[in-house]
Amino acid sequence: MTIFVWILQLVLVPVTSPLCIGIIKKIKAKLQNRQGASIFQPYRDIWKLLHKDEVVSSDASWVFRYAPFIVFVVTIVVGASIPLFASFVNNTGVGDILVIVYALSIGTFFLALAGLDVGGGFGGFGSSREMTVSALAEGGFLFSLLTVALIAGTTNVFSISSSSMLVHGQSLLSITLAFVGFVIVLLAEAGRFPFDNPATHLELTMIHEAMILEYSGKRLALIEWASFNKLFIFFALGSNLFFSFGIAQGIGINAIAMGISALFIKVFIFCLIIAILESSTAKFRFFRLPDLLMTSFILNVVAISLIR
Amino acid sequence: MFNTLIPQVSFVVLLSFFGVGAIGALLFRKNDVISNGWSSFFAIIGSLWGLFFSIVTIIAGHNLSFVVGKSSFPRLALSFHIDTLAGFFIFVISLISLFCSIYGIGYIKHFYKKYDIGVFCFFYHLFIAGMLLVVSASNGIFFLIAWEIMSVASYFLVVYDRNEEENVKAGFLYLIMTHVGTAFIILALLLAYKFTGSFDFETIKLGAGLIPLSVKNIIFVFAMIGFGTKAGIIPFHIWLPSAHPAAPSHVSALMSGVMIKTGIYMMIRIFLDILQPIPVWWGLALLIVGSISSLLGVLYALTEHDIKRLLAYHSIENIGIILLGVGSALTFLSLGMPQFALLGLVAALFHTLNHAIFKSLLFLSAGSVINQMHTRNMEEYGGLIRYMPQTAMFFLIGSMAISALPPFNGFFSEWLTFQSLFQGVALSGFYGTWFFIVAAGSLAFTGGLALACFVKAFGVSFLARPRSAEVAHAKESSFSLRLGMWALATLSLLFGIFSGRITLILQEIGRGLTIFKNVPSFIVVSSRQSIAVGNDFSFVSAPIFFSFLIVTFLLVMFVMHFLINRNQKVKVGATWDCGTDLTPRMEITATGFSRSIILIFKGVLRPSIQHETEYHDSESRYLSRSRTVVLGVQDVYQAHFYQPLRKAIRTLSLRVKDIQSGNINLYISYIFIALIIALFSVL
Amino acid sequence: MIPIIMIKLFLKIFKTPSNIIPIHITDRGQAEVIAIGEKIQNKVKRLFKGSLAIRQVDAGSDNACEQELVALSNSFYDIERFGIHFVASPKHADMLMVTGPVTRSMAEALKRAYDVTPDPKIVVAVGDDAMDGGIFKGSYAVLDGVDNIIPVHYQIPGDPPTPKTILLHLLKILETLDHTSPKQHV
Repeated sequence: MTIFVWILQLVLVPVTSPLCIGIIKKIKAKLQNRQGASIFQPYRDIWKLLHKDEVVSSDASWVFRYAPFIVFVVTIVVGASIPLFASFVNNTGVGDILVIVYALSIGTFFLALAGLDVGGGFGGFGSSREMTVSALAEGGFLFSLLTVALIAGTTNVFSISSSSMLVHGQSLLSITLAFVGFVIVLLAEAGRFPFDNPATHLELTMIHEAMILEYSGKRLALIEWASFNKLFIFFALGSNLFFSFGIAQGIGINAIAMGISALFIKVFIFCLIIAILESSTAKFRFFRLPDLLMTSFILNVVAISLIR
Repeated sequence: MFNTLIPQVSFVVLLSFFGVGAIGALLFRKNDVISNGWSSFFAIIGSLWGLFFSIVTIIAGHNLSFVVGKSSFPRLALSFHIDTLAGFFIFVISLISLFCSIYGIGYIKHFYKKYDIGVFCFFYHLFIAGMLLVVSASNGIFFLIAWEIMSVASYFLVVYDRNEEENVKAGFLYLIMTHVGTAFIILALLLAYKFTGSFDFETIKLGAGLIPLSVKNIIFVFAMIGFGTKAGIIPFHIWLPSAHPAAPSHVSALMSGVMIKTGIYMMIRIFLDILQPIPVWWGLALLIVGSISSLLGVLYALTEHDIKRLLAYHSIENIGIILLGVGSALTFLSLGMPQFALLGLVAALFHTLNHAIFKSLLFLSAGSVINQMHTRNMEEYGGLIRYMPQTAMFFLIGSMAISALPPFNGFFSEWLTFQSLFQGVALSGFYGTWFFIVAAGSLAFTGGLALACFVKAFGVSFLARPRSAEVAHAKESSFSLRLGMWALATLSLLFGIFSGRITLILQEIGRGLTIFKNVPSFIVVSSRQSIAVGNDFSFVSAPIFFSFLIVTFLLVMFVMHFLINRNQKVKVGATWDCGTDLTPRMEITATGFSRSIILIFKGVLRPSIQHETEYHDSESRYLSRSRTVVLGVQDVYQAHFYQPLRKAIRTLSLRVKDIQSGNINLYISYIFIALIIALFSVL
Repeated sequence: MIPIIMIKLFLKIFKTPSNIIPIHITDRGQAEVIAIGEKIQNKVKRLFKGSLAIRQVDAGSDNACEQELVALSNSFYDIERFGIHFVASPKHADMLMVTGPVTRSMAEALKRAYDVTPDPKIVVAVGDDAMDGGIFKGSYAVLDGVDNIIPVHYQIPGDPPTPKTILLHLLKILETLDHTSPKQHV
């Protein structure tokens, strides 16, 4: 039974994340009065890309060739180290909030280097913008996780998700503020509106897409899949750290089933929020983004000061 | 007696290795190869001996105090006191000097026939010996002599490449700033002498209660300014970005990795050991100083495109991080929570060690690149990974370590620092929490900005296409250079994976200080090498993370290559250029990369942009031939702090000069007035 | 003020009836696709049936065909529901749709876009201009048709072809087209 839980914990993120993206695209299509692609379309896209040939630039070095693997592996490792449906899978040492923040930075680091590696203009400024947004988002990210850690009395994410937030009734305001700050960071790190438009074709407006313009074939599949994973990881963190209702506290088929369905319901609500956000707002001008990220940081600082 | 004699003798032997190396190099200076060989041999042997000596000291755990001979001066005594803390710093010094000396064997060849190698090696040995004396001296005046030896020897090393005008100017600025710092240190020591009656550190420690609180505060401010000038905290850092790049690369590595840490050592020694008990605001002040230094250091680093200046600013940033650990230690100690203080101290010491390793690695690889490219300007690099693949790999490992990416060592020392700050947020009183929140916030932003800066540094220098014709002539570094760098890179990874063991050892070292004598353990390392802080408030396990990462990586590679992607081919083609030809000018430049961040922080950085355009026809300025954009950052400290200070001192001196008017009648009236005052005070 | 506008927007979205054009299997029989050059392997068509990424290259066209191609993504024709989407970079693409009679300046760029697209790929020339020069045929500035520069697999006639025509032709291409063609390497 434990083996089953471990395997599920490992593969849940990579298996479910394309479905998540498919749902977001479908909701957006419906809001645009179209039918849109089926919700399993991202799986078909990844499958097709994995079976295509590749064209690699002659200017690229091993950093370009290995970066997709490193980025993908990092998302799998982080995905297995956060509470998804069970809070008892108490990982022995990689479930710390700092480990999560900095392990995701490894992925950002190598993706930015890969964007610089091909020597085209687009990759260069894509990396520059990505590093700017990521550097400023790190403060908000860390502090929103720190708020819930201080409320729960531990920085291990599994223990945070197992301590029921309802008990800490007087911290509800702190949790809500920290959650709003976290949502802003989620949008920044996962590259959604208002930070970045994932469906744009105009290179001058791209941040994440600009760095992957040179990838093709299986490497492109891995990078796209990794970005889907990252979005799912943030969804899971937001669902299970802030409002951890329904998470499985002990081993048992019923508890695990309820944990998985609670996760899916919360992730679906997140998808709905993001799809509605992307259909109703426009992307912000680049130099307005630091203001938004600083707002997230200040919200989290206020949340911490309100804890006592 | 035999037991106590061996360590004393071995320490003197350690110093004598460097002494012999220095004198021999000077004697053989007519022959470049012999003096290089002689000095490198003795430096390496001396460093190995120092490593051995410090490891024995740390394991044995008791303090070593002795006096060498009898000095002819009344207050000066050549007394040494080596406890576990000093032993740790001797370890750091020896470790870095070992690898820098190995690197130096090949690097110095670059200076043959240009300058005097013997003189260089003489000052090199004097420098290392000076540092060893600084961390082990136990008498105030002896300490000052050692401090001067260290500073002056490093001055001569900084101006060694004296054909460049800017190196000489940098050295001069360094000399002035270090003596300003020394002046403040002398003042602090004199104040302590006045109230305790001795220059000996042990006596001052026993008599620390005799010093009134207001004088202790003044000593704190003077010591902070004095040692802070050496350590490079803002705003006393102005010598660091010019002096560290001017020196030869392995000397830069030593200065940046070890010499500035001697300032930290003395701060720990004075604040945590000698002057106890201390008020709370000292720790909070150090937290603020650390936050400002780390944030501003990394922001200035982002504006640089001279690779060594960039690394020098990162040293300022990391000193800020170390000061965050020291500050939290001081705060907790004053609040009466010594276990948390021990945590802060362990974090600071671990970061000292890690920074020494990865900063030296970065400086050494930057030095190899500069050797081949003959310029420090990053805008002329590009594509070096093809010509110098191993150096590129070492620089990448250094970048990953300094940006605190797991599983390298930088992450674990920043983790410990974060833990001590988190404990501060949770446990200190209402006002204290705000200081810790500011500190934690600045540490979080510093990590992100440092990552951005090293993406720029590594990406612009090593990746993509060459930006100048010089790159095609670059060759891989020679063997001794690569050996030094490889050793440091491996240590970087190993100290990260085995950070559990090292944290335990550091906790024992921290317990060597009297205030931490019987403090219970706050950091517990489990059998599976996971570091746990404070009853499982947080825990992290380095080997598990590392093995998880590696196993998953191999699994994914296996599945990709053998199961899914067997029939697909990889073709090498051109970069997609939208149909035009790609020139080196189309790649992003270092200035362009950090432009966004500079503009976002323009309130702090005050950037200025200059455009220069050259036209085909200067009369009808329509078609431009070339445009140059220079993005500069105003040096606020020179403009707003040091220049006004200099002007004020000058005006004051001019006023005072009026007393010496040359008029003999005025001088006689001075004598008359002085006599009257003396008569009145006697009566 | 802003929330009221948002509520009105969403109400409008939910009240608008869907006006998407239905495409039946029988309609696809009407499309006469002109296949030239080498045939596509069946395996490749199976690969692309679920997901096709198109990169559109403008080789000096008069933008009439581009307008029709852009119309494919609106809520009336909605090409995304078939799993077909447009991409920004030729390295991400499976199919190149080339429009325009290939002016001299764009010849090199078109060749480079073709070289950089990874295998297996399909090239479709859209519009009369791309087939043989169309109304610009014989001009000194054009090279008379895409198949003079890069190998073309299919052509879609029309000046410009309507979006419905293009859609039907695309779907026909993706279906198993020529059962009896010899399996040649693309």
